[in-house]
Amino acid sequence: MGESGSGKSVSSMAVMGLHTSRSARISGSIRLDGQELVGAKQDDVRRLRGQKMAMIFQDPLSAMHPFYTVGNQIIEAYRIHNQVSKKAARAHAIDMLDRVGIPEPRSRIDAYPHQFSGGMRQRAMIAMALSCDPSLLIADEPTTALDVTVQAQILDLIRDLQQEFDSAVVIITHDLGVVAELADDIVVMYAGRGIEQGSAEAIFNAPEHPYTWGLLGSMPRFDRPPTERLLPIKGTPPSLIRVPSGCAFNPRCEFSDRVRGDACTTERPELLPAGSGTGAHVGHGAACHLPTAERQQVWAQEISPRLA
Amino acid sequence: MTTPTTDRHADGATPAPDGDVLLSVEGLVKHFPIKGGFLRRGRTAVQAVDGVDFSVRRGETFSIVGESGCGKSTTARLVTRLLEPTGGTVRFDGQDITHLSEGRMRPLRRDIQMIFQDPYSSLNPRHTVGKIVGAPFRLQGVEPEGGRKQAVQDLLELVGLSPEHYNRYPHEFSGGQRQRIGIARTLALKPRLIVADEPVSALDVSIQAQVVNLLEDLQEELGLTYVMIAHDLSVVRHVSDRVAVMYLGKIVEVADRDDLYDRPHHPYTVAMLSAVPVPDTGRRQNRERIRLQGDVPSPINPPPACRFHTRCWKAQEVCRTEEPPLVPLGGPSHLVACHFPENVTPATPVSTPTPTA
Repeated sequence: MGESGSGKSVSSMAVMGLHTSRSARISGSIRLDGQELVGAKQDDVRRLRGQKMAMIFQDPLSAMHPFYTVGNQIIEAYRIHNQVSKKAARAHAIDMLDRVGIPEPRSRIDAYPHQFSGGMRQRAMIAMALSCDPSLLIADEPTTALDVTVQAQILDLIRDLQQEFDSAVVIITHDLGVVAELADDIVVMYAGRGIEQGSAEAIFNAPEHPYTWGLLGSMPRFDRPPTERLLPIKGTPPSLIRVPSGCAFNPRCEFSDRVRGDACTTERPELLPAGSGTGAHVGHGAACHLPTAERQQVWAQEISPRLA
Repeated sequence: MTTPTTDRHADGATPAPDGDVLLSVEGLVKHFPIKGGFLRRGRTAVQAVDGVDFSVRRGETFSIVGESGCGKSTTARLVTRLLEPTGGTVRFDGQDITHLSEGRMRPLRRDIQMIFQDPYSSLNPRHTVGKIVGAPFRLQGVEPEGGRKQAVQDLLELVGLSPEHYNRYPHEFSGGQRQRIGIARTLALKPRLIVADEPVSALDVSIQAQVVNLLEDLQEELGLTYVMIAHDLSVVRHVSDRVAVMYLGKIVEVADRDDLYDRPHHPYTVAMLSAVPVPDTGRRQNRERIRLQGDVPSPINPPPACRFHTRCWKAQEVCRTEEPPLVPLGGPSHLVACHFPENVTPATPVSTPTPTA
């Protein structure tokens, strides 16, 4: 979860190995099922891509080839990773289209992407991504381009298919509502780094990072009585060419004056699990110089009442 | 057009406390003819807006919501006369502006302004901020007190930008700042009505809240009237006084904000509200969501009678043959066009046929 330019999509594309080595340098470590992907051979990653990990993109119209039928594109993906006849692959593609809820898959398989509506295209892309039964599915803003009633259909579909295929899903979005609907665990990103992570319950009910507080205050709550005013975060997200020194959020942070010394501007806080390891707080951590206890106090006494 | 004319302008007739109407729209129609193949020329048309009535009171925020392709943006452009209506009337402050010529319309453009969705394509990249925000003065031949430069700098300050930004270019600004520049330009001539077409949907959450607050402050300070076009139901609920829901070129429900969100009558409104993702992890399991089947039909060939019947779980035979009029239900200011409305207590007199099945 994060705003535009926070590095959500770049991170997921690194997992998929979609960055070219000419324009991007990747360091660190990405492990998929124990296998190291950073520095792995292109061919090895290609074999994994589609088979073990697959991705759904935001805009299905630009992510699908306009020149080939939907069926051909699914069949191609399936036959690359599986030694099967064209006929078997086609039967599989029809089955996949049926499972993602496209009516009359037998005739629809020969349609071109432009003949589908936005929601149907997104379904077709999900069918394509799932055709090889991947263990990891990355969905990059899968519903941002869709209307709210269609969005609800697609979110339900992703949740149902996740159970059916038993795959892990990484969902990338800026919409806190979508996150709350789908996610079990959440990483909040800001200026290219994770600044808070924890279970969905922890992030929504006991967030510890000032940026997360700001996000929750910026959003009109549909499930609560209307408030007089929204509580936005001041300023704008930083340029990633000149990231502020120390904590990247410090120029916009309301609470940096409560940190002793000038740690906020000189030292970058690390994302460490917070100390209170009980119940929902296991593995919940935030990258902030404020002591954990103080943050929890600020949330409970100052922020939480403001949002209610 | 066969729009029923009785009882349709109940909101205009409502004895509202601040009763005077700034903008009223009656039976508004816009068809875009499809020209293709030399024999079919002009035969069919995209029925983008097909008989829309509403009125906007002075000082209120009136929102139009709906899914893409429902005609809400077309309505905005018709009201601001960026498009020529095919039928119906648009009245601004009592004056019929439906078919005013460009020249006669020009003086009115001071009073009716528009905020656009995309802050990247709505600002000329080759003009400085000063030139962009000062353009309305130039076009209207207005010489503000203290000079144009001073006026522009005052406007920049009003929307939360620095007056030193006068000589900069749009590319030097972020999305939220650009939207502020657009708003400053909109405010230059002190308009009375602002039509905002998705003013915050291109912005990040934290910036969206800043712009929403800015729009609210400006409304209070300058006594503005807003017509807001949006698809984000949470934002609409936050900013609006009254809300109209559109589906396939028609208004299916209009009501005061709280009425609409607490007691929606039209099945489409009910389904749309139930589909909004709620940022509350506890609600995930026990939420009842109405899953609509399929997609919105094409406005080239909309379903007959009630346009929602193809996706409606309550549809009966009458929905396919008879178009439900937009009539008051459960109160004079809550209008709905449905044969079988939701959330109706049995005691409420319903002027539509009772369900037979």
